[in-house]
Order: sequence, then C-alpha cells, then structure tokens
Amino acid sequence: MRDSISFSNQLTFFQKLRSFDYILLLCVMLIGLIGIFSMYSTDGGEILYHTKNHALRFCIFFSMMIAISFINIRTWHALSYLFYFVTLLLLIWASFYGITASGSQRWINLYFINLQPSELMKIAIIACFAKYYHRAQIHTMNKFTNIFFPIVILVLPTFLVITQPDLGTSILIAISGIIVLWLAGVNVKYFFYSFLLFIISAPFIISFLKPYQKLRILTFFDPDKDPLGAGYQIIQSKIAVGSGGLTGKGFLKGTQGYLEFLPEKHTDFIFTLYSEEFGFLGSLILLILYAILIFRIIRIGSLSRSFFAKIFCYGFGSAIFIYITVNMSMVLGLLPIVGSPLPIMSYGGSSMLATMIGLGIVMSSKIYSREQIS
Amino acid sequence: MISDDRNSGFSKLKTVNRRMFIFSAAKAVVFFGIVGRLFSLQISENKKYLTLSDKNRLRETRLPPVRGEFKDYFGKTIAGNLKVYQLHVVPEQVEDFRSLIVRLKDILNFNNEKLAKLIKIKNSQKPWETLVISENLTWSQFSRINFHLHELPGAKPVISVGRSYPFGESYTHVLGYVSQASPKDIISNDIIKDRNVPGLRVGKSGLEKKFENELIGTNGVQRYEVNAYGKRINQIDFKEGNKGKTINLTIDTEIQKLTSELLRDKAGSISVMDIYTGEIIAMNSSPSFDPNLFLYGIDNNLWNQIKKDPLKPLINKTVSGLYSPGSTIKPLVALSALENDVIRTNMKVECRGKVEMYEQKYHCWKKKGHGFMSLKNAIKQSCDIYFYELARLLGVDRLNITAEKFGLGKQVLGEYFLNEKKGIVPSTKWKKENLGQNWYLGETFITGIGQGYIQTNPLQLCLMTAQLANGGYKIYPKIRVDENQNSYEMIKQKMLENEFEAKKKDNALIKATEEFLKPSIKEYEPLYRNPENVKFVLDAMFKSTNEIYGTSYSSRIDDPKYQFAGKTGTSQVKRITEEERELDLELSQIPYRNRDHAWFIAFGPYKNPRYAMSILVEHGGSGSKAAAPLAKKLMKAVIDRHEDRQNKNGLKI
Repeated sequence: MRDSISFSNQLTFFQKLRSFDYILLLCVMLIGLIGIFSMYSTDGGEILYHTKNHALRFCIFFSMMIAISFINIRTWHALSYLFYFVTLLLLIWASFYGITASGSQRWINLYFINLQPSELMKIAIIACFAKYYHRAQIHTMNKFTNIFFPIVILVLPTFLVITQPDLGTSILIAISGIIVLWLAGVNVKYFFYSFLLFIISAPFIISFLKPYQKLRILTFFDPDKDPLGAGYQIIQSKIAVGSGGLTGKGFLKGTQGYLEFLPEKHTDFIFTLYSEEFGFLGSLILLILYAILIFRIIRIGSLSRSFFAKIFCYGFGSAIFIYITVNMSMVLGLLPIVGSPLPIMSYGGSSMLATMIGLGIVMSSKIYSREQIS
Repeated sequence: MISDDRNSGFSKLKTVNRRMFIFSAAKAVVFFGIVGRLFSLQISENKKYLTLSDKNRLRETRLPPVRGEFKDYFGKTIAGNLKVYQLHVVPEQVEDFRSLIVRLKDILNFNNEKLAKLIKIKNSQKPWETLVISENLTWSQFSRINFHLHELPGAKPVISVGRSYPFGESYTHVLGYVSQASPKDIISNDIIKDRNVPGLRVGKSGLEKKFENELIGTNGVQRYEVNAYGKRINQIDFKEGNKGKTINLTIDTEIQKLTSELLRDKAGSISVMDIYTGEIIAMNSSPSFDPNLFLYGIDNNLWNQIKKDPLKPLINKTVSGLYSPGSTIKPLVALSALENDVIRTNMKVECRGKVEMYEQKYHCWKKKGHGFMSLKNAIKQSCDIYFYELARLLGVDRLNITAEKFGLGKQVLGEYFLNEKKGIVPSTKWKKENLGQNWYLGETFITGIGQGYIQTNPLQLCLMTAQLANGGYKIYPKIRVDENQNSYEMIKQKMLENEFEAKKKDNALIKATEEFLKPSIKEYEPLYRNPENVKFVLDAMFKSTNEIYGTSYSSRIDDPKYQFAGKTGTSQVKRITEEERELDLELSQIPYRNRDHAWFIAFGPYKNPRYAMSILVEHGGSGSKAAAPLAKKLMKAVIDRHEDRQNKNGLKI
C-alpha cells in the first residue's frame, strides 16, 4: 500500500501527461469551441465583448484545470472541507456585501472577476460530501450524526442561495448534494421520508417563493396564458429550437437569436441559439459530446481507488448531467424557467470556473487513480 | 478490525458502484427523453415553428391602394390621383406621446385647436390604431419632418395617394368626393375593410361611392424583417398593388363646364342626354362645392357653411331634387289624350284667363286669356285653361299610365346614385293607398298643368323629353360608357323596325292577339300607340319655340343646324292667393323662397333630333325668362360638339 503511494508521488511529468484522459479533454475542448462559436453568433457575427471574454475565460480556466490535475488528489482531499467553508463564507459575504444585479444579490466583486460563490458551491458541496463519506464506514452510515451533519452541510448553502434569491442555483446545489448522499450509500428510506416531507411542505415552500418565481412555475404549465409577459421566454425558445429543423438555419443565420427574440441568449438560452442554427443534428452532436464527457468522468470514478475520488467523480458526473438536463429541459419547455447555465457553453465566469475546478479534480483522480487515501 | 474495515470498504464500494449504475441507467433514459423532445420540436413540428418564427420576424406593411381614375367621354381625366405626404403616429409605439406632439406642433406650426383635436381623436381610438397627424403635408413640411425624424421617435412620414379633381366643382354632383374612411365606411364595406390602411380615402358620395369596389385597387405589400423591438432591419420583398379600374363616363367635360357656367350664382340643375343612346352628356346641379377641399381636410367652418347653405350645395338636385314639373308636363298630357282618343287635335277651348269648374276658380297664367285655342296652340302658348279641360276629359289614371311609360315616377339611373328619388305620378289608386283619401276632380285639373301631387326630378324630365324627341321609343339612360353600346344607326334601325311592327299590329288584330299571348321584351320598344300623335306633340313643341307667341320664342335659334324645340314650365312653390294675383308682383318683389321654379325642356336639332335637355332654375321665376335662354346657349354648344362626339365613336370602333 505504502509502496504504491510513494510510487504515485513520484510520477514524472511525462507519466502524468500520459495518464491524462485525452478523450475527456477533447470533449471539453470541442464543447468549449462550440461555446465560443455560439458566443460569436450572439454577438452578431463579430468578435465583440461576449466572444472575447468567453474565449479568454475558457483558455484561462482550461489551463487552470490542467494545473489542478497535476496536483495530487490527496491534496484536494485535504483541502475539501476548507474549500467548502471558504465558499460558504463567500456566500455569507455575498449576502451582505454582494453586488446586486437584476434583483438578486449573488456576486462578489474581486476586481478581475465578479465571482458568484453559489456556482462554486455546486462543486464545493460535492467535494465536501466526498470527503465526508470517504471516511464514513458502511455500518455507521445511517447513524444519526452521519445523517444530521450532511443535512446541515447541505441546507446551509441552499438556504443562503435561496435568499439571494436564486432559486435555480439553490435547487441545483440541493440536487447535487442529495445525489452524492444517495450515491454514498445513505439508506433509501431517508430519501423516501424526505420526499414525503417535501410534498407535505410544498405548499408552504410555494408561499415562501417570490411572486416572480411563482409566476414562472405557473407559466410553465401554461406559457400561452401571457405570451408577451411571463410566457415570452419559453415560447420564443421553443420557436427558435423548433424552427431549426433537421440541419438548422445555418451558422450566424438564426433569426430568433439575431433579431433578439431570444432572451438571455448568452447564458441560459445558449443551447437554443445553437440548436436554431445547427438543428437537430447539431444538437445531437452536442448531446453526444456531453454524454461522452459524463461517461468518461464516471469511468474515471470507477477506476479510482480512493472513495474520495470515486464519490467525487460519480457526484460531479451526475451533477453535470443534472445541470445539462435541467438547462435543456428548461429551454425545450419541459421544466419551468429557473436560472441554470449550461456547463462550459454558457457565458459566465463563475460557472466556467466551477466546472473547470471540478474537471481538474476529476483529471487529478485519473492521474492519481492508484492513490489510496487513508 | 482491519478485515472488518476491508469488508466494510468492500460493501461500501459495492453499494456506491451499484447506485452509480442505477443512476447511469436513469441518465440514459433522460438523455433519450431530451433527444425525443428535440426530435418532436425540430422534426415533427418544424413547420409550425418555422411559421411562427417567420411571423415573429416578418412584418408586412400594406401600402395604400392606388384609386382608379374617372375619365370623361373623350378620355380626359376628371378624377385623378396625386401623391400626398402624410404623417402617421401609432400611439402605442410612442414612449412619450405628449412631448412628441408638442415637438410636432413646433415643426408643423399647428395651432392649439388642431392639437386639441388630435388629442381628442387619439383618446377615442385604440392605442395600436394609427393616428393620422396630418393628411396632407406640404413638401417643405414633409422634408422638415424627415430632417428631424431622429428626434421624433414614433412619427412615421408616409407617402400616400390623394384625389384630385381638375375640374373642381363642375363634377362634384356626378362624382361625389373622397375622404378618409370612417369606421362606418369600414364596417359597411368588406372590400374597404380588407384593403384599409391608415389614411385610406374612400368615396363618400356620388359615383365615387357607387363604384368604390371597382375603383379602390389593391394594396401593395412591403415585407420587412424586424427585430424583437419592432425595428426594421431590412426589406425582404415588395409587391406592387393593382391600380383600381378606370371608369369612363359618357359626360363631355366641355358641356359639363358650360352647365356650371350657366348655373353660376343660381340654384338649379341641367341635364343633357343623347336621345338614342341614352348617354348623359352633362348633368349638373347648382350650387356646388370644390371636392378638392377634402383632400386637405376641410376645415370645420367651411364645412358648416356648406352644410347650412340654404341653396343646399350638398344635394344633387338633378336626381334627388323633386319639383312640380309645371307646364313641361303639357306635351305628355296632350299625348296621353291623343293616344287615348279622348280628343281630336282640332278640339277648341276658349280661354278667358280663368274658369270656374265645380264651384272652384282655376286660372290661366295669362290673365287676359288666350281666346279660342286648338291643342297645338295650347301647347305652344301653354294655355292652362285648355289643359284643365283636357285633364278633365282624360282623367288622372290614364295620364298616370302615359307618364310612367315615359319614365316619370321611376328612377332614371337607378343604382348609380344612391339617393335618386322616384318622384310621384299621382293616380286615384296612389292617393287612396298613400294618403287614404279619395281623388278629387279638381286635383286632376291641376295635375294637367303639372301642379299638385305630381313631382319629378330634372333627370326624369330630360328622359321624358328624349323619349318624345326620338319619336316615342324607350331608351336606356346611362352615365358610364358601355362598350357594347349600340350605335346610333343600329338604334335608329331597331326603332324603325319597331314602328313598322307597331303599324302592322294596328292593321292585323290577330297578330296583336298573338303578341299579347306571348309578349316579348323588346329593345327600344315604342311607347306610343300611334306615331302620328308623337309627331303632333313634337311639332307643337317646335312651334312653342320657333313661332311668334310661342312661350320660348325669344330663345329660338333660326339657324337650322341648331334649331331646337322646347317647352317652358313655371312651377308654383306655393298656392297663389287672390290678393297676390291682383298685385301681380315683379319677381324681385317676391321673397326668394316664394318665387316660382323655372323649367325648360328642349330637344334639337329639330330636323334630325339628337339631344334632349332639361333645365331647372330654382326660384328663377318664369320658364321662358329664366330657363329657356340657358337652353339657347347650351343647345348650340352641344350641337357644336356633336361631330367630335361622333368621331370619338368612330375612333372607338
């Protein structure tokens, strides 16, 4: 055991390079490229603000991901709780001193970037749980403390994000956390009980929601009720996707996007724009890239020796899947509109940063897959 | 412990991997769900969303249709189009309406009254309906608007089509006028509704209204790509509309202009008709107004002035004015009497200026009386006493039949003028049905001189004259050029054939019975029983104008080229009391409202008649003094134009 550890520690640079998951890297780069081209299209076929920023961020954070992957997974294991607490502190900071934009106080001005801690929390919560359950024994798994602490760990950030208010991100944090809890082996009955509790308390939660959030949920069920108001986004998004057809309207020729009928086309609705221009085939290619990405992440998890790496990869892969599913279902009119970016594609530094950190840790797990953490 | 740990670690690994596997399977299902959704949106429902997307981005601007023109008989444009510059605003698209309107006020020099009116209109319509700020801008105003356009968000300078009437008031009563379509116009006419654009002008009266559906034309369409904020990005295509149909009228502008001249400063009406083709050569009513005023949006004061004018410029007197025909009915009364074999032409009646019948006094216009009168002389000198007697012998019901045959009591142009009046040709039955009273014999007397219940419009008298002048044949009046119109020669031929048959019928009773059993509707059918009776009446009318003591002798033309025959009429507008009769006031001493209407009907040239006319001067006094002199000038002009008109026909064929 010790031998293998020391062996790993002494991996040469080229050995590390060799053990990269290049398929995963290729997927990330291709999705990133598609993202940059889509951004170029939102700028009306010119290299403007969004394209420049997006490309720059992608390059920086992609390099950062490589850097992270060179660092031993043990280090990331060791830093997990700290990562969580720092992110939690940032969330608290944001709720007091954060920048307010479009009615929500969720950004911290770091001068070179407006950081959105809630995005980081999506990764932090997975890392934190991975470390927590790395230690936990199977027979102590369902002890009171092993249920109680994770719930506290999960509820704190969720609550903080919900009060920003940012319903979308808080739901995503909660779902990511719950998935890790389930993957780690928490008894199914607790999920069942919590689900019942959720159903019972749903009316109270709804009364707690802001009016615009209620409206969004109502709109989801009947978007035609107010086509120019609350239903506008979903209707226009469906029109854009639907009018794309098999092969799309062509690059830079998406009328819905170009003529500004699409809302939030840089961020949450980037897939709509892409789908309008590249059609069903283009969307299918993107979906396959994402599927390969997720598959590779999970595969790395299954190859990892340490529970930390395994749970993190499983959790992160599942979380990415959830982000994609929620975002796409939302723009295709299958779910109510809640703010949720499409990983790597959407414009937004924090989301990109969080995703790249996650991918970096996954890649580190790959390189140090033989590493055993005591 | 270590083995425990290992066991535990192993079972944990198993759990984690198992759950990951379950979850991965679920992921695959969800992915396929998303792919399915994409398929349904992009492949199955692609058409629907493609349409929606086009609907989103494409905006159609409908251009105003170009209205068809009116041309006179010689192809001269009498109602044409011109470009007008308008300013439209859609209040919904304007952020700050008040500041926009104030800015426009400065640029266009509106007064406050106009401003208040605009705001009133704006408040009365829906916010998405276009508000026409100005219907007709001058070029300098229009260019000023365009120059300042960047500071006038929401203002839309529009080039539209306006109507112009080069002959101004001459044609007002024939053509009517156009003005901005009112909500009522739009609701009542589906074609207007279909082609409506802001600022569209539609016919409000006359033939402009009658032929609206033919004149209106179709909209041009401009298609633009717009963005989500409605801003125009670029023009996708442009389809020109079809201009409305050009409508050719039978009217001769030269004559029409002359009629305007003749009726200047008078209230009255003139109609001229071709006695064979039925084509109306001139048709005018006075006073008139300039229809071009509506192009610029007529101002209220002027409009009220026109509306309240006691001479009623808004009424087309030729078809909508009803008057007692007065003595102009006498040829018809005489004809009716002859046709019914009531009298012989040599019957004599003594006129002593008045006569007492059934304890009632009846007067002749000539106080001293005419002495012994024959029928021909009675027509020539318009002796009332003779016609009282004639009417008594004839009876009102037989007169009624003849009058209706010759076109009285019926619409002449029918569908062409929406407010054409039928007039009244009384009969005993008519009185019973309409007034619920029995007919009095005295009423027959005054009907015989064209007073009492009988009412005609000037066009009916023109038609009556025409149908007498052509020898007593039915003709078909028209104001629109008919491409299939029979030529004069053909009509004449048909009339001759009809006369021949009528004579045969007289001779062979059996044939007449046959005809009776299967009556056929004949073109240009004879309206007489015996053509000699018509000839007799026409001769009497000739004498009335061309022989001394004839009532219109002073208006005669001796040159046979222009020589015409006519009959005067002076119709009372109120009952004359005995004192008034004694006073024998000069025309100028009688209040305008109480003065007689002056009539004159005529046809010419006498040798080979071709044109008939009726002239009315409201409250003009006597027919021979006020109306007949107009006919002299008019007849000359009409006959002078005859050759041109014939040549025009030649060219057409």
